[in-house]
Amino acid sequence: MTDILRLTGVQVRIAGSHILQGIDFAVPEGGVTAVLGRNGVGKTTTLRAILALVPSTGMIEFDGARIDGMPTHRIVRSGVGYVPEDREIFASLTVEENLKLAEVPGVRPDYDAVHELFPELHQRRKQRAGTLSGGQQQMVALARVLLGPARLLLVDEPTKGLAPKLVTEVGDVLARVAERTTVLLVEQSLPLVRRIADMAIVIDNGRVVHTSDARSLLADESLVNSLLGVAGTDIAPKAHRAPVIGAD
Amino acid sequence: MSSLILILITGVGLGALYFLIASGLSLIYGLMHVLNFAHGAFLTAGAYAAWVVTPQLSGLGGWAFPVAVLVGMVTGALIGALVELLLIRPLYRRHIEQVLVTVGLGLMAVALFTGIWGPDPHPFPRPAWTTRTTTIGGAAIPNDRFLLIGAAGLLLIGLVLLLRHTRIGLIIRAGVENRTMVQALGIDVRRTFTLVFAIGGAAAALGGVLGSVYLGSVSPGQGTALLIYAFIVVVIGGFGSIGGTAIAALVVALVQQLANYYLYSGIGDVSVVLLLAAVLLIKPAGLTGRTA
Repeated sequence: MTDILRLTGVQVRIAGSHILQGIDFAVPEGGVTAVLGRNGVGKTTTLRAILALVPSTGMIEFDGARIDGMPTHRIVRSGVGYVPEDREIFASLTVEENLKLAEVPGVRPDYDAVHELFPELHQRRKQRAGTLSGGQQQMVALARVLLGPARLLLVDEPTKGLAPKLVTEVGDVLARVAERTTVLLVEQSLPLVRRIADMAIVIDNGRVVHTSDARSLLADESLVNSLLGVAGTDIAPKAHRAPVIGAD
Repeated sequence: MSSLILILITGVGLGALYFLIASGLSLIYGLMHVLNFAHGAFLTAGAYAAWVVTPQLSGLGGWAFPVAVLVGMVTGALIGALVELLLIRPLYRRHIEQVLVTVGLGLMAVALFTGIWGPDPHPFPRPAWTTRTTTIGGAAIPNDRFLLIGAAGLLLIGLVLLLRHTRIGLIIRAGVENRTMVQALGIDVRRTFTLVFAIGGAAAALGGVLGSVYLGSVSPGQGTALLIYAFIVVVIGGFGSIGGTAIAALVVALVQQLANYYLYSGIGDVSVVLLLAAVLLIKPAGLTGRTA
């Protein structure tokens, strides 16, 4: 299996803090690779460094070509989609306008796939995105990146602040998305990771401290406890359900 | 009664002038978070460009004035775009340096205009019809007020159409809300920055030309003098909101005119500052809820 993304010695300093201290990992093409770690260890910064949203040093390769040093819009145009933490949808724009903004000129937007995954978004297309529920806003954030030809999705804590039912539904959607696109997922919900992730990368203090198959990592309760500081009960699997957008 | 009508229409005309200047300022700050203290220079440059070319356009008859206005607007747009490309772009996210550069540019522009054309105001060649009056409700209203109101109305409609019905407008509206996320959707937001500076420059230059018609002259400091009111309008209206800017421009100008006439001549400026203070105390984010 080839690697679609490779980070080598990536470092980030923000306001005097050494956030990333030499991140090295590779993401295989296809499936879901989860980035795990305690709060504040550099997971989100890693995604933002890949997209050049924060200044970084080191080497970042996407699909065999270096993208470090490129401006954000060119990295995204090259095939990297981004679903940020807290969704960051445009609250004053309608759902339709949020999606139109994500269209890439010259590329036919895949509205069929988006409407199949999120039928409610079509019904709410004239609604201001800021008036949607948290779950619906997450669907808008996901739909935006699915419209284009992204080959790698960087998804940052998509279940943050969502009700447990919606966490399951978001997981279902991500699993379906991963059938056609590689997903690099930052996630705190270990049951979700256990259900949909193939690989797991654990970051601590700005460095990668563990890389392995996700299920074997999460099956080792003592390892999980030492790396992530959570109890084994937090990683119990949950039931699988069909994706439906609901209000939370 | 006729005095009140004259004051109200003059106030609306002055509000239209404020809107012409403030609309670009508001969009520039809203999208790019740049406090452009050089915006007055765009206004003055447009006015001088129109003043310089007007004598050369005498053969065009009635078209001379519209062509002069167009020349002024193109000048403002070009200067706006060049300022963004050469001075602002290298300093993105360095707000202190941006302020210093735009303040310096504004001061330099006044010195440059003074050096070239002297410190004294020059009579602006106004079309004859703008010097005549139209009687409404017994009040003789100078036609230049209607010119300002019409121009501001057209600019407002044009900006609303641009913002509501074009992709570039969608990018501007989204960028006002979250510029970083616009980039993260694969959009080169820097092109939009240049365009917004050009639009702001053209609108300010239009205000400069029509303001010269209103004042009857063009002078090196007229942009600087009007810029302070434009900033007050933008703060009251809410940064990045064209609708808020239009309403605030009207309110500021009407308060100014009414206070000058009914309270004490010259107190209008003080009233505007008091209005600004009141709005900031009651609604710190401005009429449309957007802050600096």
